[in-house]
Amino acid sequence: MADKIATREAYGDALAEFGALNENIVVLDADLAEATKTIKFKKKFPERFFDCGIAENNMFGVCAGLSTTGKIPFASTFAMFAAGRSYEQIRNSIGYPHLNVKICATHAGISVGEDGATHQCNEDIALMRTIPGLVVINPSDAIEARAAIEAAINYNGPMYMRFGRLAISVINDNDDYKFEIGKAIKMADGNDVTIVANGMMVEQALIAKDMLKEEGISASVINMHTVKPLDVDTLISEAKKTGAIVTSEEHNIVGGLGSAVAEALCEVCPVPVIKHGVNDEFGRSGPAKELIEYYGLTAKGIVEKAKIAISLK
Amino acid sequence: MNNLQLTATDIRLGIIEAVFGAKSGHPGGALSSADILACLYFNELNIDPKNPKMENRDRFVLSKGHSCPGLYSALAQRGYFSKDLLKTFRHTDSILQGHPDMKYIPGVDMSSGSLGQGFSCACGMALSAKISGKDYRTYTLVGDGESQEGQIWESIMFAAHYKLDNLCMIIDNNGLQIDGKVSDVMNTMPYDTKLKAFGWHVIEIDGHNYDEILNAFKEARETKGQPTAIIAKTIKGKGVSFMENQAGWHGKAPNEEQYLQAKSELEAYKKSLEGGNN
Repeated sequence: MADKIATREAYGDALAEFGALNENIVVLDADLAEATKTIKFKKKFPERFFDCGIAENNMFGVCAGLSTTGKIPFASTFAMFAAGRSYEQIRNSIGYPHLNVKICATHAGISVGEDGATHQCNEDIALMRTIPGLVVINPSDAIEARAAIEAAINYNGPMYMRFGRLAISVINDNDDYKFEIGKAIKMADGNDVTIVANGMMVEQALIAKDMLKEEGISASVINMHTVKPLDVDTLISEAKKTGAIVTSEEHNIVGGLGSAVAEALCEVCPVPVIKHGVNDEFGRSGPAKELIEYYGLTAKGIVEKAKIAISLK
Repeated sequence: MNNLQLTATDIRLGIIEAVFGAKSGHPGGALSSADILACLYFNELNIDPKNPKMENRDRFVLSKGHSCPGLYSALAQRGYFSKDLLKTFRHTDSILQGHPDMKYIPGVDMSSGSLGQGFSCACGMALSAKISGKDYRTYTLVGDGESQEGQIWESIMFAAHYKLDNLCMIIDNNGLQIDGKVSDVMNTMPYDTKLKAFGWHVIEIDGHNYDEILNAFKEARETKGQPTAIIAKTIKGKGVSFMENQAGWHGKAPNEEQYLQAKSELEAYKKSLEGGNN
């Protein structure tokens, strides 16, 4: 495996890379360019970078206006202040008119670390996926983050993309890796249980798969990078095959990937779905790696949930 | 000038038709802004009803989206769609949504209605022209009650910071909102000193005086290096005697008797204008 890299770094690099190819790309930030990494675009294309100051609601409206004239605005701030503070601006000014705005939220989840609960957004996926027509993506590593940005440029419509602060492993460095919006990636094929994960939890899901194998349990691992539109076909075929699902996400278990998977399967192929994530509570301050252990967002946590799912078959 | 007055009266008649047909809607703020809309759509804006998406067209965003009976009526008068459509306002199978919907209504440049948001979108349109070196202008109509939204002041900062001199904001200063007088509910005035302090060029006018409206648009066009705000003093419900200066007519449709009275008042006024032409 390559060196660890945060998905926000890959996001900033991708903006700088693709910004050179498409002059319609404009980037907006709300006084967080150093942190969200949009500064990488700003340094290369200062004439297409616009700081909006600490005024996120106006920023998303400006993006809506820009997009009506053919620009492709990428707007960044922390997930808390995008999905949280500006939920209604995103719903009414971007989602309702279905405008080509790319909301790129960084510092999602508890891996924000020391800043603590006010800045650790564990609810963004839940909020964003209730908006009709909004594509919601949570990439699992730097390679997928870059691929998601490339796909976003080629997709005409509103998107919410979630990036993390913490440097994480590169797991998609295989030659045949292919990213497609709304198409899950099968990372491992098994028969006893299916782990459906996204974001930084995909790496943990792969480790969990190996731990389960040592106990004689064969697990599928699905990288569900797109929460909306959800790849229901892949879920159905996995549910039929293994008959037990575990979801894993760095997000509240209320409303996120786990809820999306349970909602889909209960109507078409009801099997046990056990949700692994932040257990409906706020985060706290601490080094990211310690918080990940504290909240059980680990392979070990997934293994425990997998066994529960299997026992309910 | 007389023609603009006639047009504004037709816009007002359309507003009454629309809200009566819907049995709901917002006549007060639509009537207060009808003269401004007539001047925009029949004099100021570089637009083509046959080509509503013309790339270099001037943009208009109705940030106070609830006043859309006025916008729809102006668009119908200008030929974007049939005037008969106004009677379908707010009906389930109509394109004329309760608040502006850019996806389906020809001539609507931005969906709006949630107060405070349209102005930001107008800033984005104006910024885009600056980035691309295009010479279209962007106009937005903001309510005085609406300016209680914090987002309005975020936009005011933004437009001045980026020197959006291709942006013109008009405040429909009719002084009333749902709960009563703006000055009683949550005072937003004075606008002139506030906006000047934020770096805007400010013009104060009587929003029912055509010379003043047209001259203000001209002055805005000629103002460089800063955005222009036109503070238009208006009368809520203007043109219909029993609706004038009544907060209660912010969001209420007339009954049949009131509808007929409003119509006859406006038609009588129109006739007097036409008489003036002869």
